[in-house]
Amino acid sequence: MTQLALVIDLNVCVGCHACVTNCKEWNTSGEAGPMVDQNPYGKDPTGTFFNRVQTFEVGEFPNTETVHFPKSCLHCEDPPCVPVCPTGASYKRKEDGIVLVDYDKCIGCKYCSWACPYGAREVDEHQKVMKKCTLCVDRIYDPKMTEEERRPACVRACPTSARLFGDIHDPESEVSLAIREAGGYQLMPEWGTSPANHYLPRRKIKLRIRHDEIERADNPLKIDGLLPKPDKAEPSLDDVTSW
Amino acid sequence: MHPAFSVIFLTTLIGVGQGLFLALFTVESYAAFDLLPRQSSAFYATGSVIALLFLVGGLIASFFHLGRPERAWRSATQWRTSWLSREVIVLPAFMGTVFLYGAAHWLDINPVFAQLPTGAPVNVTAVLGTIGTVLAFALFVCTGMIYACLRFLREWHTPLTVINYILLGGASGFTLAAGFAALQAPDLVRFFAGWAALITAVGLVSRGASLLRNARLKPRSTLQSAIGIKHPHIVQTTQGAMGGSFNTREFFHGGTANLLRSLKWWFLIGAFLAPMLILGLAMFEGEGDLPLLLVAFAIQYLGLLAERWYFFAQANHPQNLYYQSVA
Repeated sequence: MTQLALVIDLNVCVGCHACVTNCKEWNTSGEAGPMVDQNPYGKDPTGTFFNRVQTFEVGEFPNTETVHFPKSCLHCEDPPCVPVCPTGASYKRKEDGIVLVDYDKCIGCKYCSWACPYGAREVDEHQKVMKKCTLCVDRIYDPKMTEEERRPACVRACPTSARLFGDIHDPESEVSLAIREAGGYQLMPEWGTSPANHYLPRRKIKLRIRHDEIERADNPLKIDGLLPKPDKAEPSLDDVTSW
Repeated sequence: MHPAFSVIFLTTLIGVGQGLFLALFTVESYAAFDLLPRQSSAFYATGSVIALLFLVGGLIASFFHLGRPERAWRSATQWRTSWLSREVIVLPAFMGTVFLYGAAHWLDINPVFAQLPTGAPVNVTAVLGTIGTVLAFALFVCTGMIYACLRFLREWHTPLTVINYILLGGASGFTLAAGFAALQAPDLVRFFAGWAALITAVGLVSRGASLLRNARLKPRSTLQSAIGIKHPHIVQTTQGAMGGSFNTREFFHGGTANLLRSLKWWFLIGAFLAPMLILGLAMFEGEGDLPLLLVAFAIQYLGLLAERWYFFAQANHPQNLYYQSVA
């Protein structure tokens, strides 16, 4: 069974918000209706977004590190928001595992947002229904688009390729490989929601060189130059062997 | 959580309605076994009308919670999985039963079906009352489970939530019944006031137990598990929105810590201690002091409004970990 998901590489994300703006642009122009902002140019601009990039500071000065953290619906494999919905507007698609809201059935009771530990759902104050990331379900199956274009808007926008998209149930997919080989993890695993979206951790590239690899044990006096030739009678297997 | 007044009024008003209906049918059952004097049908009919008014008030309040109230009928469809859907079915069923119960008394259509071995008659209102009692408790369970089933809202995820809804609704309903009896059946004031004081006292114990439990809760989710970075010192610098979002409005109560602390004592006094005192006083007076009992009900109801506000405000949603700094 297919489970489409995003894999977000925190090691690469630069926090540019391109995914946020492209997500908003694509999803506000779709058939599902606009994602209207309130007070967009005023003092406290607010509105509905499917995707947010948050920033965290890890550590204490001077040993701090800034981590940009994109957050959208994680399309849990066991989504707690779906069974609580009284109208059936919230559902998880069997064929590809995308969690969706039917905006024509939603009564705007907000109960599903209470049932989501990640705060992935946001009410649209204009349409008065619950909205959330659709994994660009209206893009990824569009036959009019090229293969390259049939990916979520956020993935297309990312300038550093921090966002991967694919089927995490296919062990050979790009996302499965990334999860397996780069230590992909889930958010808040303690609730057993089994989020489909995974995050790749920050990774430091470190060359581990032992001391004796810098200072040659066979040159304790650090004298550069040709090493004395061993006696021809002396058996040797290392690279100083001269014959 | 942000306490929505629609839900606060819904849960408190239907609680009073359910409690009042249970009080009425308790008297009718006692009377059937000659443990209490029989009451006129007007007493039950008027009581049912009052209970129905509270239930209708709660139902109206609930619509203010919905973004799309015109689609509310859809919410009855997912009763297999959703406690909210179950409540949507049980509430009108209970209201209909209370209506029929009141109507049967009002029109005096009350044929006896059968007789219990003890000789007590089984009539229409006894059957309707029994169905109503089952539905009243079912409604309490549905209302409580809406909150208790959310496992990561740990302040709510306890059987005490359901028990509190039953006891607090029952207590306020019996207190109102005592006031109603002072008006229509003064000989029942002592009975109702006694039960109201008792249920209020048990409610104090169970609500106190949930307060103690919640004070000792340790959050299971941390910022570390929320973003998956294992460092003891993580500070959020931005949350991706400058003017706040649905997430900052819906999941934070917006009051100060001081308000929360003081409100706890106010509702313990208002919903429990003061009504118990007044009800005890009313029991001593015996004959029913209508203004006094109405004051007891008003104080208890206001106390319950504060209790419900606190119930929501105290619940700390794990999503708040992602929304600690507006920038």
